[in-house]
Amino acid sequence: MTFFIQVFIEGIALGAVYSLVALGFVIIFKATDVLSFAQPALAALGAGFICYFATEAGINFWLSLLIGIFLTGAVGLLIERTVLRQMVGEPVFSVAVITIGVDILIRTFLDDWIGDEPRFLGDSFTSYGNFGSFSIGEFNFKYLEMAGLFVAFIVILLLNLFFKKSRYGLAMLATSFDQETALAQGINVGRVFGLAWFIGGLLAAIAGFVFTGGFNTLTQLSFVLALRALPAVVIGGLDSIPGAIIGSLIIGVTQSLAGYYQYSIEEYFDINLGLGFSTVAPYIIMFFILLVKPEGLFGTKEVERV
Amino acid sequence: MVELSSLLKFEDVSLSFGGITALKNVSFDVKEKSITSIIGPNGAGKTSVFNCISGIYSPDSGNIFFEDANITNMRPNKIAELGIARTFQNIELFENLSVLENILTGVHRRLDYGILSGLFYSSKAKKGELYARKEAEDIIDFLEIEEYRYSYVMSLPYGIQKRVELGRALALAPKLILLDEPAAGMNNEETEDIARFIIDINEELKISVLLVDHDMNMVTDIAHEITVLNFGEKIADGTPNEVIENSSVIEAYVGSSKK
Repeated sequence: MTFFIQVFIEGIALGAVYSLVALGFVIIFKATDVLSFAQPALAALGAGFICYFATEAGINFWLSLLIGIFLTGAVGLLIERTVLRQMVGEPVFSVAVITIGVDILIRTFLDDWIGDEPRFLGDSFTSYGNFGSFSIGEFNFKYLEMAGLFVAFIVILLLNLFFKKSRYGLAMLATSFDQETALAQGINVGRVFGLAWFIGGLLAAIAGFVFTGGFNTLTQLSFVLALRALPAVVIGGLDSIPGAIIGSLIIGVTQSLAGYYQYSIEEYFDINLGLGFSTVAPYIIMFFILLVKPEGLFGTKEVERV
Repeated sequence: MVELSSLLKFEDVSLSFGGITALKNVSFDVKEKSITSIIGPNGAGKTSVFNCISGIYSPDSGNIFFEDANITNMRPNKIAELGIARTFQNIELFENLSVLENILTGVHRRLDYGILSGLFYSSKAKKGELYARKEAEDIIDFLEIEEYRYSYVMSLPYGIQKRVELGRALALAPKLILLDEPAAGMNNEETEDIARFIIDINEELKISVLLVDHDMNMVTDIAHEITVLNFGEKIADGTPNEVIENSSVIEAYVGSSKK
């Protein structure tokens, strides 16, 4: 039971970090109606920025972290201004494909810089406690995971307030529904789009750090970690913030439990699930949820029926 | 009657799409605190006039002035901020939002708290949102749609949706409101309601109205001045009585609409 609880909490922590990436997907989708496939590259880019400033440029790590996060937000803004602004009014599908191009472009340059060897980000999480972990009673936790959980919690709280209470949230919703009418209501549609991409970039970079900090290291494959937030968004419903969070938690816990219990399951059913089953498990959950609710758990169809 | 100054000047505007001329050297004025109407058969260019004013189309030539500003090539959201609000021929409400939220989108343009205030929900943001809510409630009262406040607009009857759209435009606290066929598709009773609201908007809220409609009875009843378009050209203007007596108007408008 102790073991189960520990694995479960690790799953929640993992899910919380996924939720940061997932929120990036959702916010951009909500405002612009485009599913941005550039989020994983932005997450890796954020980690890359932090790594560069902290290890190569020799800037204090925490300062590098802040710079890296804001720079990634700025890159998000830049992508919107330069590439996507040209595509306003074009079919959503074309725009989504362009974001795949942006994703590849960013990763090409980033991979070239990362090189073949994994890079440490220069944070001190590796030096804390017992290989970056600590114990409470029988439970054993990683500092980085818990920090990720904490930060995700704070960020989600702030964003929730932002969208529920402030005028920017409503402007985003209005814009996503009809850009022309939003303009007629005096809403600066360009600014709304830019803001969505900026927030998307910030969130990606924060998640990118948690994925690659400590002993995790940044490699050419790190972006895949952020890509796993995609089933979370699909499960939750593309345009729902609570959906993204709950979907992420489901994915995190599934992945964590599947990873730890794979051997027991294989033994019990006398089957071989193969290597890396834990990363496939979320897609199986996604498959079953979509069978029952094609719009996702909290997707728009629900809202419209009110 | 005292001569009133112009709020909006539409000067010699031409607009074409490829080979089709939508507007040809059209000029007219909207006087302050007036109800001005544009009428004409289908395809006469009425909605094109609206889209030029609200910045969705850029005219090929000519100028549009609002108060002292030349708004000819201004961005639509800037024009809205200057004080021109509009409704659409086919209702264009934000169907994913409630009535209250639809109206709030307009009031929000008049708040000035920044993104960071919004993120941390500072006292300035809080005060702003309280003010916005009060303004929105005043509009809801004015249009008598209290009971629909939290309803999603999709679920409401057509006539109520038209009123919500009017409310959303009013939320910008405009100096001029453009109404694109507010009575389209309505029965007599609903048309009377809308006519009453338009007169109230003009007289109580002191907002100028530019109105496009097919309903000749309503237009001649409530408009102070009428401009008549046909095939993108102005064929007449004047008071309602002058216009309905005008022979080219009878020929173009009434004549062509009778089957």
